[in-house]
Amino acid sequence: MADPVAISVNQVSKKFGHGKDAFFALEQVSVDIRENEFFTLLGPSGCGKTTLLRLIAGFEHPTTGHIQLRGEEISHLPPFKRPVNTVFQNYALFPHLTVAENIGFGLEMQDKPAAEIDSTVAEMLQLVQMESLRDRRTDQISGGQQQRVALARALAPHPRVLLLDEPLSALDYKLRKGMQIELKRMQLETGITFIFVTHDQEEALTMSDRIAVMNKGRILQIGSPTDIYDRPSHRFVADFIGDTNFLDGELIEANSEGAVVRLSSGKTVKTGPTDAAANTPVSITVRPEQAVLIEDLDAADLQGTVTNVMYSGTDSHFHIELTSKEEFVAKVQNAGPARRDWQTGQTVGIKFHSHVLQVVSD
Amino acid sequence: MNDVSQSLSDYEQAARQQETRRNWLLCTPALVVLVLAASGPLLVMLFYSFLKSGNYGGVIYEFSLDGWFNVILVRDIFDDVLRFADAHLSVFWRSIKLSAMTTITCVIIGFPTAYFIATRPRRSRNFWLFLITIPFWTNLLIRTFAILELIRNNGVINNLLMDLWLIDEPIQIMYTDTAIMIGMTYVYLPLMILPLYASMEKLDFQLVEAAYDLYATRIRVLRRVIIPLIKPGIVAGSILVFIPSLGAFVTPRVLGGGKNLMLGNLIQLQFDQGQNWPLGAALSITLLAIVMVTLLVYVRYSQRSGGQDG
Ligand SMILES: Nc1ncnc2c1ncn2[C@@H]1O[C@H](COP(=O)(O)OP(=O)(O)OP(=O)(O)O)[C@@H](O)[C@H]1O
Ligand SMILES: [Mg+2]
Repeated sequence: MADPVAISVNQVSKKFGHGKDAFFALEQVSVDIRENEFFTLLGPSGCGKTTLLRLIAGFEHPTTGHIQLRGEEISHLPPFKRPVNTVFQNYALFPHLTVAENIGFGLEMQDKPAAEIDSTVAEMLQLVQMESLRDRRTDQISGGQQQRVALARALAPHPRVLLLDEPLSALDYKLRKGMQIELKRMQLETGITFIFVTHDQEEALTMSDRIAVMNKGRILQIGSPTDIYDRPSHRFVADFIGDTNFLDGELIEANSEGAVVRLSSGKTVKTGPTDAAANTPVSITVRPEQAVLIEDLDAADLQGTVTNVMYSGTDSHFHIELTSKEEFVAKVQNAGPARRDWQTGQTVGIKFHSHVLQVVSD
Repeated sequence: MNDVSQSLSDYEQAARQQETRRNWLLCTPALVVLVLAASGPLLVMLFYSFLKSGNYGGVIYEFSLDGWFNVILVRDIFDDVLRFADAHLSVFWRSIKLSAMTTITCVIIGFPTAYFIATRPRRSRNFWLFLITIPFWTNLLIRTFAILELIRNNGVINNLLMDLWLIDEPIQIMYTDTAIMIGMTYVYLPLMILPLYASMEKLDFQLVEAAYDLYATRIRVLRRVIIPLIKPGIVAGSILVFIPSLGAFVTPRVLGGGKNLMLGNLIQLQFDQGQNWPLGAALSITLLAIVMVTLLVYVRYSQRSGGQDG
C-alpha cells in the first residue's frame, strides 16, 4: 500500500510579468508527493524547478491552482506558517551567526525551550558530523561543511517536507558522491519527505524513489527511475535521460498490453503500450545497450553499415548508418558474451527484444 | 648563481623603496590639504583657547585659562563667586538630546525609505536615489526657510489643519525644540538614507527568505537578520547625522529663534556679540571632544555586539 500524500500540487500555473512580457514559468502542473518519499524534480535549466519549489515553500503564490499539505490548502500561507523547510542552492547561511546558532534558528523562531533547542542542535550536529565546528562562523568553513550546516538547519525543526534546490551542485565530484549517499541516509533516518531538485540525470536516477521530468514549465512524466529510463513517455524524456536512439515507424495497432509498429525496414516490432492512434507515424526509442548486433540479416529487425567503432573501456560503441539513412548507436559490453568484432564498413543486423522498445510522443 | 639571486633581491628591494617613495610623493597633495585645512585651524583654535579675551573681540596674547573655566563656570559679576554655568550646561544637554533625537528619527524614517529603494528593480533605483539627493542642490538656509514656511503659525501645515477644522488654533511648533528637530531631520535625512541603502543593497535577500522559511515572522526577520546585517549602514548613517546635528547652528537659529540655543549657536555667539574668543575656542574644542567620545563609544559598542543580537 502506498504511503499517504504529503504534498499535492493541483493544476498549478505560475505567471511572471504582465501584458506582453507575461511568461508562464509553470503551466498546469499537477503532482502528488507521498510521505517518506525521495521525490526528484529533474529538468534542464529554466524549466521551472526552482519556481515549483518556491511555490511549495511559500515564497511565491500560484497564479492558478492549489497546493495542499496532507489535504490542507496551504497556497495562501506565508512561508513561516508552513511546516516545510528549504535547503537553498547557495546555502543562504546567516553570516552573523555561528554554526550552532544557524542550526538552532528555526527552533528558536518556533519559541522552543532553550533545553530542547540545545539538545536538537547537538543531535543535528552529530547527524551531519559537524560537532567540532559548532562555534565557527559560517564564513569560516568549507563549501561542503556549509552544505551540511544548511541541511542540518533545515532538518532541525523537523519539517513535514524538506525542499532541496540543487544542494549538491556547488560541490566537487567526490564530495558530491559522498553527500548523495549521506542525503539518502538522512532521508531514511528522519523519515521526512524530500523534494529534491537537480538537472543531473544520474543523480536523479540513483537517489530517487520517484522522478518528475520537467521541460518548459510542464511535467512530462512522473515515475520510478526504471519507469523513466526504460519506459520514457516523451521524446524529450528519453533524450534527457541517458543516451538513446530514435527510430521512425508507423503504428499498426495498440492496446493496453502493448503496440505493434512497422519500422522503416518494413519489419514489424512489438513495443510497450502507447496512447497514439493506429496508422499514424510514431517515434520509438531504444537504448544503445538494448540492441543486439547479429550477422543473420533476415532475422534482424533493421540493418545497416558500421561507420565508426569507439572503444571506451567497459563498452564498445558501434555507430551504424541504417538503410533508411537514420543514425543508430549500439553499445556492447566488452566483458559480455556478445560478439563485438564488427569492423567499419561491415553490414550488420540489429535485433530488439520486444520489451525494450517504447513509443514516445513529441 | 647565489650572486645572481643576491643582486636580484637587491634590485627588488631598491624597486620597492622607490615605489614607497613615489607613493609618499603621490600622497603629498592630500597631506598638505589635510594639514592646512583640518589640523591647522584646529591648532589655531587650541592656541586661542589659552589666551586672554580682548575687550572688543579678538585676543590678547597672554596665557590664561579663563576660556576653559568659562565653559562650565561663571564668575558672578557682583560677588566674584564661581558658579556652574547653567546656561552652558543646558545648551550642551539640549544639543546632545536634540542630536540624538534627530538621529533616531532619521533611522526611523530612513530605514523604510532605504528598504523601499533597495527592493526596487535595479533600473529604477537610481531614479529614487536621485530624488533623495535633490535637496542637496539647494542652499541650507533656503531649505531651512522652506521648513519654516511649513510649520510656522500661519504656515502650510497649520492652515491646512485649520481649514480641515481639525484644530481651532495654530499649533505652536516654531521656536520649540520640536521645530529644531524637524528641521535637522529634514536636512540630514539623506545622510542617513544613503549609507543605509548602500548596506541594504548588499544584503542577500535569500537570507531573508531563509529566515521566513525557518518560521521567523516579519518582525523577527527584521530584528534577527536584516538589522544585524545592515548594522554597518546604521552606524555610519547615525554618525553622519549625529555629528553635524551636534554642531548645527543655521537650523536652530532660524527655527528655534533666539532662545532655544544649541552648541553651534553658543560658539557663534562668543565670536560675535559675546566677544569672548577664548571661550568660543574652548567650546569648539569641547564639542570636538564630545564627538570623539561619542564615536569611540559607538564603535566600541558596535564591535562588541557585532554578530550577537538578542
Ligand atoms: N521572479 C521572476 N520573474 C520573472 N521570471 C522568472 C522569475 N523567476 C523565474 N523566472 C523565469 O521562470 C523560468 C523558470 O525559472 P526557474 O528558476 O524555476 O528555473 P529552474 O528550472 O530552477 O532552472 P535552473 O536549473 O537554471 O535553476 C525561467 O525562464 C526564469 O527566467
Ligand atoms: Mg533553479
